[in-house]
Amino acid sequence: MQKERVIAETGAGQHGVATATVCALFGLKCVIYMGAEDVRRQGLNVFRMQLLGAEVRTVNAGTRTLKDAINEAMRDWVTNVHHTYYLLGSALGPHPYPLMVREFQSVIGREAREHILSVSGRMPRALIACVGGGSNAIGLFHPFIADAQVRLIGVEAGGRGDSSGEHAARFHTGATSGGGRIGVLQGTMSYVLQDPGGQIARTHSISAGLDYSAIGPEHAFLHDTGRAEYIRSTDVEALEGFELCAKLEGIIPALETSHAILPAVRVARELPADDAIIVNLSGRGDKDVQLVADLQRR
Amino acid sequence: MSRIRKTFASLKRAGRGGFIPFITAGDPDLTTTELLLIELAAAGADVIELGVPFSDPVADGETIQRASERALRKGVTLPHALTCVARARQRIDVPIVLFSYFNPLLQFGEERLAIEARQAGIDGVLVTDLIPEEAHSWTKTLLQHELDPIFLVAPTTSDQRLAEIARQARGFIYAVSRAGVTGAQDEMPRDAEVLVKRVRAVSDLPVAVGFGVSTAEQVREVWRFADAVVVGSAIVREIERLSGNPDLIDQVGHFTRSLIAPKQICPATLR
Repeated sequence: MQKERVIAETGAGQHGVATATVCALFGLKCVIYMGAEDVRRQGLNVFRMQLLGAEVRTVNAGTRTLKDAINEAMRDWVTNVHHTYYLLGSALGPHPYPLMVREFQSVIGREAREHILSVSGRMPRALIACVGGGSNAIGLFHPFIADAQVRLIGVEAGGRGDSSGEHAARFHTGATSGGGRIGVLQGTMSYVLQDPGGQIARTHSISAGLDYSAIGPEHAFLHDTGRAEYIRSTDVEALEGFELCAKLEGIIPALETSHAILPAVRVARELPADDAIIVNLSGRGDKDVQLVADLQRR
Repeated sequence: MSRIRKTFASLKRAGRGGFIPFITAGDPDLTTTELLLIELAAAGADVIELGVPFSDPVADGETIQRASERALRKGVTLPHALTCVARARQRIDVPIVLFSYFNPLLQFGEERLAIEARQAGIDGVLVTDLIPEEAHSWTKTLLQHELDPIFLVAPTTSDQRLAEIARQARGFIYAVSRAGVTGAQDEMPRDAEVLVKRVRAVSDLPVAVGFGVSTAEQVREVWRFADAVVVGSAIVREIERLSGNPDLIDQVGHFTRSLIAPKQICPATLR
């Protein structure tokens, strides 16, 4: 492609670390855009990116989170397009990004499908994944879409309340939620949290990776066709899931991922013990340990 | 014949280059915007672009982002921009182009926007983030209500997309001078002239060049090869600098005149 520079946005920092890693390996210049609020709460990943030789640019515009990092990355990209590749980190943005990201992420779903068939000999009853932009979820869901008996459950960030600005649940149809409406943001038509005049709403989530006002367009499609269900977990439920997963499974999940834990428990309760479900443990929680420790002390 | 077409026809007859200032509606407030529209017309603007404030202006550099933020803090949105134009329209005849991101228009309702924009005296609408492949029904709606759909083209626009834009565009085509977002630059890149030639190969519409034009010298440079020049960030920066100054209107008018004068014969329009 003749590009010597790679840029990316990151919320939780996972995509930033991954991008910085490949750039270090291949000797490419790497710039990561990250909202100031996310730089604050995901300090460990900022340090990891810097260790890997990436330049982390703090974005102070707007809500200082993922959406604003994407805006800055897009501005950089259109300015430096001749020598820069924008490695978008979620299944959103203009076509063909949602398709490309889904394609690469669907390795998760392909392997999960093969694995569960070899281990249990049958299809899972449900797949459960957290949904910010929705790349991990669409990657898991995609190879199962034709398997109509498998429930697909996406979990959005319910944050700390139902009114606009307090959550990041794009399918939330509550009267003052700002959700449940189609809009256009960053080159994609999808469900977008917004005010009645079409200004993009602020969002809140305890997890940086789910703290985003739009959702990948393929999730909007799966929602509208009824193929997938979308529910939400609050900040408090995510913290409970975080601890539960650590204690029961010996795995410390990312706060994003933690949103999927309690819904998984609820779904599992309805099923016979020999049935199987798949929960996508999309990210590890090292980056969040300090944040959770601080919250517990308060 | 649309007001925009008439304007470019008369520019051509006079052998002049057109001057198109851009301001953001509601920056610093709506009354000032209304007075600025009138002042810009008096200062010699041939078309005026009026920006609709948006929370996430990805095509804009910092100057116009800040203007958008100032307007949104004042609670200014699309309906206010329309009212502002309707009021100014009683005093001025210059064509006005609404410059917006798509989401506020979509939420307002495409048909409703076309009707109300026309009633307010708007002549064309430019949507920064609507690609021509997705614009067909939008373009049709505008044309039904006698509004000109204005499209952006950039040095990176493919020939195929350029042809599609030429099919849908009316009024004029806005050529972005370089890869990048809006904002003042020290030098005019050669890309712009090449792009204007590419546009002329597929369209008979007048071509306006913008993004990065901020001095009288650059204005004259653009007039050498294009039909009109757009100046946005440089004027918005003046508005920002003069914030709270009682002479804001006069000074912005003075600055605008300094960019336009002396108006020179524009060889490109003498073809």
